Amino acid sequence: MGFFSDPISFLADWLTALMTNAGWPEGLINVIITFLGVFVVANFGMLFVIFLIWLERKLAARMQDRLGPNRVGPYGLMQTIADIVKLFTKEDTTPEGADKVVFNLAPIMAVLSVLLIWAVIPFAEGWIGTDLNVGVLYIVAVGSIGIVATLIAGWSSNNKFALLGAFRTVAQLVSYEVPMVLSLLIPVLLAGNMTNIPGLGVESGMGLGSIVRAQHNWYSIFFLMAPLAALIFFISSIAEVGRTPFDLLEAESEIVAGFHIEYSGAKFAMIFAAEFLHAFTISVLTMTIFFGGWQGPGDSIPLVGWAWFMVKSLIVYFLVAWVRTTLPRIRIDHMLNYNWKFLTPLALVLLISTALVDRIVVDAVDISMTQGQIVRTLSHLAANLLIAWATIAILRRRQAARPTRQPVASPRPVARPPEPETTADAPAA
Amino acid sequence: MTALQIIFLIVSALLLVSAFMVVTVPNLVRAALWLIAALFMTGVVFVLLDAGFLAVVQVVVYIGAIAILFIFAVMLTRRVMTDSGPQTNANWWLAGLFSLALFGGISWILLGWDGANASAPAIDPGLDTVTRLGTELVNPDAFILPFEVASVLLLAALIGAVVVAWERD
Amino acid sequence: MLDSWLFVGILIFVAIGFPAVPILVAYFIGPKRPNPIKKETYECGIETVGETWVQFKVQYYIYALVFLIFDVETVFLFPWAVAFDQLPLFAVVEGIIFIIILVGGLVYAWNRGILEWK
Repeated sequence: MGFFSDPISFLADWLTALMTNAGWPEGLINVIITFLGVFVVANFGMLFVIFLIWLERKLAARMQDRLGPNRVGPYGLMQTIADIVKLFTKEDTTPEGADKVVFNLAPIMAVLSVLLIWAVIPFAEGWIGTDLNVGVLYIVAVGSIGIVATLIAGWSSNNKFALLGAFRTVAQLVSYEVPMVLSLLIPVLLAGNMTNIPGLGVESGMGLGSIVRAQHNWYSIFFLMAPLAALIFFISSIAEVGRTPFDLLEAESEIVAGFHIEYSGAKFAMIFAAEFLHAFTISVLTMTIFFGGWQGPGDSIPLVGWAWFMVKSLIVYFLVAWVRTTLPRIRIDHMLNYNWKFLTPLALVLLISTALVDRIVVDAVDISMTQGQIVRTLSHLAANLLIAWATIAILRRRQAARPTRQPVASPRPVARPPEPETTADAPAA
Repeated sequence: MTALQIIFLIVSALLLVSAFMVVTVPNLVRAALWLIAALFMTGVVFVLLDAGFLAVVQVVVYIGAIAILFIFAVMLTRRVMTDSGPQTNANWWLAGLFSLALFGGISWILLGWDGANASAPAIDPGLDTVTRLGTELVNPDAFILPFEVASVLLLAALIGAVVVAWERD
Repeated sequence: MLDSWLFVGILIFVAIGFPAVPILVAYFIGPKRPNPIKKETYECGIETVGETWVQFKVQYYIYALVFLIFDVETVFLFPWAVAFDQLPLFAVVEGIIFIIILVGGLVYAWNRGILEWK
């Protein structure tokens, strides 16, 4: 492995050889190499946030016909750095009556819950922190630490708005975890049926590495087999991050900033950084689980695989930012209805149909052949389209059955310049 | 002592401390947070026992759902920051006596068991424990009945929760 | 097997250190001029009235309960999904029956109006 195609493995091998020659015990070398890997992954996450914040502000500004940050550095690139310096030199206030220990613990747990997800994310061939055989469930488990962080941040602030934000957290984050986990079962199930194909390197288990390798061809990408599951995962992940349109837990115009209202200075910076990193993390997860991860032309060179990883992730992140700048905040009853009466039943139906279709098709055709895999993909796609069509038909019927609401008032005129009085000698418009 | 044993000793010490704090801390939300710490440490013990699946399930179900439900129940029913119930009642010594007896009994049983001194057998690396669990859960010769009964039990729990919490009006 | 968790174990410490160190540094380099008004609870500039504790809707709790049931359900389904390639059709159907029983629970809750935000 040359340095330029695979710098990470190259450096790891070189350091291992160096320490082995120095006569260090094997266990210690393992710990040191792992620690360096952890350091690289964690730094990548935290430093990338600095760029992400600039990117998102720039995107949001362009979509709203503004310029965005453009004063500090070229294209305003240094704006976030300036913000960090500002936040760090701010006074750190803790409100009267707050539970100090818990209050300080919450931002740390928020960052912890997001950074821990990065342990199982495959960046490229061989570039993965650790391919746990329970990877997908691990992501869900770590996410629940984030829910606890939000909850205790709201509780410990001793603030009515913060407490209200914390209560909305339970209603929202906890509710949307159900369709998210159900939609995650579908790729696990699809990857599970690839373990018998030799030469693919798909092991049993729900590790993300296996899920990526199961999507080795363009026709075996899970987005083609389970587009609805991908959509459900994407939507419920946005709700898990708590971004617009699901930003009820911080709703500026109602409860000011919700659970993090009392946080200032570096603690606020940490909660903010955790939120941005989480938004990027869900883009990475959507891309890894449903769009083939780092795979793309030339991915046998890890550096190229990593480039694919970044390009695909940033495209999904663009979607997340687009949704954020486009949609208004959803009302709380709509938010809950959308989850429990739309996403969850849909995810359950999808899970049942995917299981049945996959078992029947895989028994009928030989999926170690290309034709067999294409037939499998097409039948899944057909089942998904059928379910989508049925869902839309049911929604249409319910829409038609709903009594039409009487208008409360006649539409008021929009403010516009007074129309010129039409007189006989006025020129025709 | 191997590194694993040292880690186990630290983790179990932390687990015991957290568990002790759960019952002694006067503030109820703080007690729930200590409970989360204790549950997390239990998850770490599962990891040390090579039971990765149980470890993540421990975190998903106990921290992600049950502990949150606890905090939530406390926040719904008690005054948020100040309220703290009495720590003991008149029968505290009886409870302590029973706990000691239980601890002694379990220790006595474990000391007489030959498995207590044996080290855990290594798992065959070719065997994926989660896959094995999955096949056994729906295997008619193994756990299919408990698996389906679990579903019915969950349904009963859901209906029960609805009836208890909702039928007032 | 245990080695694969080493990364997670070390990452926990690093991921606690990453936010904790900046917060500590900021605590030392930031100005400290507290005054009673600054330390008051923020309520858009108006003095807070009464306690923070307000009676909340019980319904928040019901959603959490329904969530708990579904959370436990999916935990049972994950091993089933992982072992999918080794399962014959009837074992797949057993898993589906497991799901359908719980769909029954969702339908019940829906019919009783539990999922209605009032």
